[in-house]
Amino acid sequence: MNNRENIKLLIVKKPLKLDCGLTINDYPLAYETYGSLNEKKDNAILVCHALTGDQFVTGLNPVTNKDGWWSYAVGPDKSINTNKYFVICANVIGGCMGSFGPSHENPETKKIYGTDFPVITINDIVNAQVNLLDHFGIKKLFSVVGGSMGGMQVLQFVSNFPDKTKTAVPIACTSSHSAQNIALNELGRQAITADHNWSNGEYSSKKIIPNKGLAVARMAAHITYLSKKGLQEKFGRKLQERDDLKFGFDADFQIESYLRYQGSVFVDRFDANSYLYITRAMDYFDLVKQYNGNLSDAFKDTKAKFFVISFTSDWLYPTQENKDIVIALNAIGADVGFVEIESDKGHDSFLLDVPDFLKALKNFLDKSYSE
Amino acid sequence: MKPEYKVIAAMIEKKTSVLDVGCDDGTLMEFLKKNKEVNIRGIEISKDKVQICISKGLTVIEGNAEVDLKQFPKDSFDYVILGQTLQAFVNPEIVIKELLRVGKKAIVTIPNFGHWKVRFDLLTHGTMPVTKTLPNNWYNTPNIHMCTIKDFVKFSKIVNFKISKSLALKDKKVSNINVSNLFFKNLFAELGIFQIEK
Repeated sequence: MNNRENIKLLIVKKPLKLDCGLTINDYPLAYETYGSLNEKKDNAILVCHALTGDQFVTGLNPVTNKDGWWSYAVGPDKSINTNKYFVICANVIGGCMGSFGPSHENPETKKIYGTDFPVITINDIVNAQVNLLDHFGIKKLFSVVGGSMGGMQVLQFVSNFPDKTKTAVPIACTSSHSAQNIALNELGRQAITADHNWSNGEYSSKKIIPNKGLAVARMAAHITYLSKKGLQEKFGRKLQERDDLKFGFDADFQIESYLRYQGSVFVDRFDANSYLYITRAMDYFDLVKQYNGNLSDAFKDTKAKFFVISFTSDWLYPTQENKDIVIALNAIGADVGFVEIESDKGHDSFLLDVPDFLKALKNFLDKSYSE
Repeated sequence: MKPEYKVIAAMIEKKTSVLDVGCDDGTLMEFLKKNKEVNIRGIEISKDKVQICISKGLTVIEGNAEVDLKQFPKDSFDYVILGQTLQAFVNPEIVIKELLRVGKKAIVTIPNFGHWKVRFDLLTHGTMPVTKTLPNNWYNTPNIHMCTIKDFVKFSKIVNFKISKSLALKDKKVSNINVSNLFFKNLFAELGIFQIEK
């Protein structure tokens, strides 16, 4: 990775007590902004990224030289219109795009943290991010928006800071990571730690990376982001640059070649230890348990207007799990809208060009802003 | 705008909370929001209609009244509206009970199957009636539990709810329904509009 000088950093002085018991301070929080904050400071939207996302939401990511992960939804005149709103996104702590993470050096040992890095939670991630509001002098966000793990942060944010946002849009997410979610994350972690190169997390001191394990983790995860129908339509049983099966273990099928490619490009941009830490944070996420079995209590102090969005073909965070959030909100008379978007693109739908989704998001935000 | 919307609005007190079940494209919701300053929510089964509501800035949940009313606690709203859809439910009795659990009052409108044209149609043609308010054929109609105004009044006694207001709509004209004119209203009204309570 290069071009790291393009990363904006906020050094957070305020101590943060993590859920694991440790307290951190003077830690870096990497962020990016788009659009401009108006005089009233009432047009800010905090975008929360998913597992492998980062602060570079839209436009060209200066580190990877690729499009930002949410370029379909965020930008001038897009759903999250940067001509109108001031978009802030922070790299989650535990991440690998500049925020305090396992690839950082431990000042005490002068060694890379690796697995000495504290286990962080979605709660910790959100509590770190909120410092950006103070940094920009924003008392109340117009909205906090995110899909997948970003959606979990949205829920946690509103629950932790009920007065700090006017609206909240959790997309394709859950209030409590399911056994299936945990199982799939564990598969990824096992792939990484089974790679000899991982070296108990100390690979960077040996100038190697557990590229095979990380690639397998990504390949497995990637399948969960798509739908069976989507895969079948895109790849079917099409062969990869060959007319017939080769009776071997090369990538005969296009889907194999595609997954291998997805795995190989991922290892260039993502840190294996970050993958372990962030998936762990997702697994630990259980807002229902945090509120002693009553999810409604998580939102009882907020007047925020919610808009929950799910996708028909998302089997990773299925509609019912999103609806559970709606149900909890309705139980306390919160202002909540909900729509399930028809799409064959699986969990990834929120990242892709799904016009009904983009339209709903835009309409909700623009109408709520003018209210 | 449907003619009954003004009649429904007249039944609703200002600055109350309202749930519109089967809110369609949100026309009634918008009307009530503007004219009655109500805190209004909607439930709608069609994704396209939900999108229209969102584009109007209305708070709507995509869902089916038969299963999704459950999530609302008792007396969540001052009024719950069910416009011309009671006949489309598999179990109208459960829906009515749910409306009255979720709302302190419910406003229910029903297309009157007792209207003379409907009766005449069946009598003369011997086929299931197709009219302006009931434009579908028997095989493709969503209306699986058609009833008449008289049926609804009887239903209130069987299911044990109170009809606090009952109005008939005919050619955009509204009139009261009472015991003595029930026979005629059931013959001439196109739509029955009822305010019901537990």
